[in-house]
Amino acid sequence: MAFFHKIADEARGRLEHLGGNVTAVVWRLGFASRFLAYMFMHSGTALRRFRLTMAEIYFTGVLSLVIILVSGLFVGMVLALQGYETLQRFGASESLGVLVALSLVRELGPVVAGLLFASRAGSAITAEIGLMKATEQLSAMEMMAVDPVARVVAPRFWGGVISMPLLAALFSGMGIFGGYLVGVQLIGVDPGAFWSQMQAAVDVRSDIFNGVIKSVVFGVAVSWIAVFEGFDAVPTAEGVSRATTRTVVTSSLAILALDFVLTALMFTGGNGG
Amino acid sequence: MNRSTIDIWVGIFVVAGIGALLFLALKVGNLATFSNTQTYQVHAKFANIGGLKVRAPVKSAGVVVGRVAEIRFDNESYEAIVTVNLDAGYQFPRDTTAKILTSGILGEQYVGLEAGGDGVMLKHGDRLRLTQSAVVLENLISQFLFNKAAETKAPETKESTQ
Repeated sequence: MAFFHKIADEARGRLEHLGGNVTAVVWRLGFASRFLAYMFMHSGTALRRFRLTMAEIYFTGVLSLVIILVSGLFVGMVLALQGYETLQRFGASESLGVLVALSLVRELGPVVAGLLFASRAGSAITAEIGLMKATEQLSAMEMMAVDPVARVVAPRFWGGVISMPLLAALFSGMGIFGGYLVGVQLIGVDPGAFWSQMQAAVDVRSDIFNGVIKSVVFGVAVSWIAVFEGFDAVPTAEGVSRATTRTVVTSSLAILALDFVLTALMFTGGNGG
Repeated sequence: MNRSTIDIWVGIFVVAGIGALLFLALKVGNLATFSNTQTYQVHAKFANIGGLKVRAPVKSAGVVVGRVAEIRFDNESYEAIVTVNLDAGYQFPRDTTAKILTSGILGEQYVGLEAGGDGVMLKHGDRLRLTQSAVVLENLISQFLFNKAAETKAPETKESTQ
């Protein structure tokens, strides 16, 4: 009998553990959503005193420019090299521009820029807010009747949301320039065919506009995760470092998962094409 | 960090970002070439459209004069009805022939227009009477094989009768 009691206790313990984990995840999701709603309602300050948001655009956008531009250039150059190898087998090397432009505008631009943005700017936002919490600066603000969400969190969120689409566009533009450098200048694809085939194949609404929508969605997701993890961090050195890691991991997974969902919505079941 | 330095850099960043978007829209995309120009619609019935797709180009003498707007199946004649938007700048006679052609061997399919000699021009909503369907490779091969078989059979029958 004692044996069966032991097994029952063990099973009960496991189930409790599982249930606790699920409840914690659901509670955290709910807290993150409430946090987002609260931030939207208290975004007035960030948008009225736009200079606050402007400083954040500087930190998240301008300081990410170098890494975005350099990676964009190299991604475009690699695409052109690899694409040429394959296309040339079918005698279709003139389609190189189409390949480079479509893969950058539809997928690589928003996704890779989003991943870089998450690791370059998202982690910095989390660390900053987390450290402010650990050093009780947020509590100090509350004591002075300044809402830390309105004063600290919302400007960083909006700064990220504004920066991300611009960074993705710069990434795509730079990538296409890199593809042009390798394809036309180095390999010697005809420049006329490169640009005209690209222009014939890339549609402004269904390719470029959808890419911009993707980058806006990624910007909201990454900024939201970054400010939430920072605000929710355990206020110790270890807690802040964990929150920073979680920001990068969660945002990267969120970007890739959202990309699949958005691609499935945008590019399938389209106009018979 | 100085306030005006931040402002300048954010300004440069925003201008560069919008510039990149404009570059994508104008140089990479086809916004400049296919803006909202005036078009008129004509319909054509085809027995087989092959791999024709919506938004495929409509060409005359190799020049793009319009786009395929819609492809439907006609329940009464069991044919495909292709609606094309033609640029209002290009006028065609009423007895123009529409063909479904392929650019290159593996290229995309497009609608080719060959102007007729009628004095009356096509209007919005008109139907092209003369059409030629897409070439389906399987039909072509089977036709070729039938001809071959008929050719090899013919001499044999001659010999047997002699």
